[in-house]
Amino acid sequence: MEKWILKYFTLIRVMIALIIGVAVTILMIYLISEYPGESLKYFFTGPLASKGRLFNIFEMAAPMIFCGVAIAVSFQADQFNLGAEGSFVIAAAVGTAFAVSTNMPAFIHIPLVLIVAGVTGAVWSLVPGILKAKWKASELVSSLMMNYVAFYFSLFLINSYFRDKDAGFLVSLRLPETALFAQFIPGTRMHFGIILAVIVAIAAYYFLYHTTSGYEFRQTGYNKKFARFGGINIIKVIIMSQVLLGFIAGVGGMSEVMGIHGRFLWQAPHGYGWDGIIVAIIGRSHPILIIFSSLLLAYLRVGGQVLNLMGDVPAELVNVIQALIILLITAEAFLGQWKYRITRRQAEKEEAAK
Amino acid sequence: MSNNILEMNEIFKVYPEGVIANRNVSMDVQENSIHALVGENGAGKSTLMKVLFGITPFQGGSIVYKGQEVSFSNPREAIAAGIGMVHQHLMLAPDLTVAENLILGMEPRKGKFFLDSVEAEKICRDASEKYGLAVPPEKKIKDLPIGVRQRVEILKALARNAEILILDEPTAVLTPQETEVLFKTLDGLKGAGKTIIFITHKLSEVTRVADRITVMRDAKDITTRGMEGLDEEKIASLMVGRDIRTERIAPPDSIGAAKLSVRDLRYTDADGVEALKGVDLDIRAGEILGIAGVEGNGQSELAEIIAGLISPESGTVTLDGESLLNLTPREVRESGIAHIPEDRMENGVAEVATIEENLIVDRYYKDKYSSRGRLNWKFITDKSKDLIERFNILAKNSKSNVGFLSGGNIQKVVVARELTSNPEVIIASQPTRGVDIGSEELIHNLLKEARDEGKGVFLISADLDEVLKLSNRVIVFYDGQITAHFEDASKVKDVDLGPYMLGLKKEEAASGKMDS
Repeated sequence: MEKWILKYFTLIRVMIALIIGVAVTILMIYLISEYPGESLKYFFTGPLASKGRLFNIFEMAAPMIFCGVAIAVSFQADQFNLGAEGSFVIAAAVGTAFAVSTNMPAFIHIPLVLIVAGVTGAVWSLVPGILKAKWKASELVSSLMMNYVAFYFSLFLINSYFRDKDAGFLVSLRLPETALFAQFIPGTRMHFGIILAVIVAIAAYYFLYHTTSGYEFRQTGYNKKFARFGGINIIKVIIMSQVLLGFIAGVGGMSEVMGIHGRFLWQAPHGYGWDGIIVAIIGRSHPILIIFSSLLLAYLRVGGQVLNLMGDVPAELVNVIQALIILLITAEAFLGQWKYRITRRQAEKEEAAK
Repeated sequence: MSNNILEMNEIFKVYPEGVIANRNVSMDVQENSIHALVGENGAGKSTLMKVLFGITPFQGGSIVYKGQEVSFSNPREAIAAGIGMVHQHLMLAPDLTVAENLILGMEPRKGKFFLDSVEAEKICRDASEKYGLAVPPEKKIKDLPIGVRQRVEILKALARNAEILILDEPTAVLTPQETEVLFKTLDGLKGAGKTIIFITHKLSEVTRVADRITVMRDAKDITTRGMEGLDEEKIASLMVGRDIRTERIAPPDSIGAAKLSVRDLRYTDADGVEALKGVDLDIRAGEILGIAGVEGNGQSELAEIIAGLISPESGTVTLDGESLLNLTPREVRESGIAHIPEDRMENGVAEVATIEENLIVDRYYKDKYSSRGRLNWKFITDKSKDLIERFNILAKNSKSNVGFLSGGNIQKVVVARELTSNPEVIIASQPTRGVDIGSEELIHNLLKEARDEGKGVFLISADLDEVLKLSNRVIVFYDGQITAHFEDASKVKDVDLGPYMLGLKKEEAASGKMDS
């Protein structure tokens, strides 16, 4: 039993963190709500109550998966780049501009728009990478600052040149049909981009764990001096990791436009990049786990929406719960004493067996 | 009535990773004696002392100090009770003066906020006189040789009224001459009524100064007793549980032409310190060239330049006539240099990566290990299992994290990788530091085998016994220069090297060049 606990310790720790998070949620709902029973039901089973809401989870998870995987790839190379947000937005803007100004058959248009967006994101993300590799400028600071530049430049581009003047509010022109993802389940917004997100996650997993470049990424992330000592070109790795981050986030941004909205409509920062950081951390930077952590976060979000809509608990609550769960999961020393005690008992047992 | 000042009974200590460092270890120390604590690296000596000093908690057993059961939860409490510890890596602030270091944490003040430096120097001078330990109070630590720094550290403990002084491998960084001075100091302190516990694995030192001894092996205490009837050999067999040989290895049968040549190499580090001031040397095929010298005299920089990790200011490094400078670390490796780095945790391995991943860092891109950018894990695992067996690495399997291995086994991972890259020249920096005796023997044999296969081996070690055991030729480094060159190492004794290591003597135009 104890051996088993040690083996799956990380998983068990995450589960316990979740259980505590849920327990606190229940407690808070009881304190705030007039009808706690109803409210709990809305929050926990609400997301599963209808087809629309259920698929809402998947729709919401897609951009999280894109951004989470993008960030995980750079985390694995030990780059703390916050630029997923910027790449996501600017790629969506430039991709939208490209899509509305070109006209070609769908089977060329869709991949081409995605590539334009991805490359835009990659080039954008390259800047902090070069600054870091050449002058040791902290990628954290430069990427954060560039997020603002990206967002407001995107607004300028869309609002000044590609604005839909017939719409009642500030949005871009609608993408031509040839550049839209098909929505394949009637009554939902399930679109091809969601499948693409999963494919990207699997591809990233394969890249990191089964290719020589992925090996270079991870060794550089584990210990830069060791990687350099062994002959790995760590400058190349640092730059490549930023490029990949920007590319994946960029494709994610465009996929959101092509699958859900059909146009660029963000007038205030949405925070996709930050969601990406959250799911990357919960998923321990492992692309496959990130699919699940994204679904979890999306589930919590949808539950919060339902609760807000139907019950009497404000949506802000869900943010509190999220923060708490993430805090517990990321606190590596959480339950560390427990683990230590088990380790010790195991060691003593092995000792006695000798 | 016993005159034990300290008794440690059945101490049990497990580290969080599950490594048992002390299995019910007991030892008693008599007042006013010099007590040696010996054992191989990893036997649990340092842990036992850390437990005593309150650095790390323990899970079982008791400590009785001056007749009372104690348990210090941090070093401050231990110091207050009269226990002082001098760590292997000295804990002094290099930019402060001797006096300032001495009074750190108990500063005399002028008014409320200002340091009274006159008083500080007086405290320092008084302590220095009282214990007969000469130190220059106004000099900065960084300007002093290591032996004097250590004296400052000892004085620092004494100034805090230490009755028991714990010295953790105090001689590891000292020359034979400095060691002699330290031993006189210890004798003097004993005369002044102090008790000294001193950790070492050098047996000649034990027989030279100790009154009593505790031998540890494999996390257990083997014996605590007086020194009567013990000689070095007996202690050694107690330590390892079998007989060991310390004699020198046979010199090589045939030595080839110079493989690696270094000429007029100069290097200035980022702080503006001239680490290498014009070094010339040759390493020939089929020989082991040893560098003796106190650490920090340019040896590390020389190794890093050859390996392509840093670039020199001027000079040349050639392998078979081809320059190695301006090559990337990978190109240097591919031209035939292998490098066992001095700091294995920093350069040698990635702790959180698996053994496999650590073993392939220099070859993952090569044929069979991968094809068209795809890693061939099956081949890598098979190869790794092979190396684990051949190099006797004690690990559960090839996918365990390197960080879970003991120091000796981590070093074997590094050695396994470097020696199997089919090198022409092997740079071995401190190849057996912190490694148990069994692994040390294995590594020594591997280096000898490499030599006999016609490879050039460049051995850099702070351990003179190791240098003299393995090398057929020895050069001495001091202050970025070669101060002596002994072409026949078999005629050299460690005391011959001391004056050159300290810069007291220097051969005219010394270099490690071989005329061919």
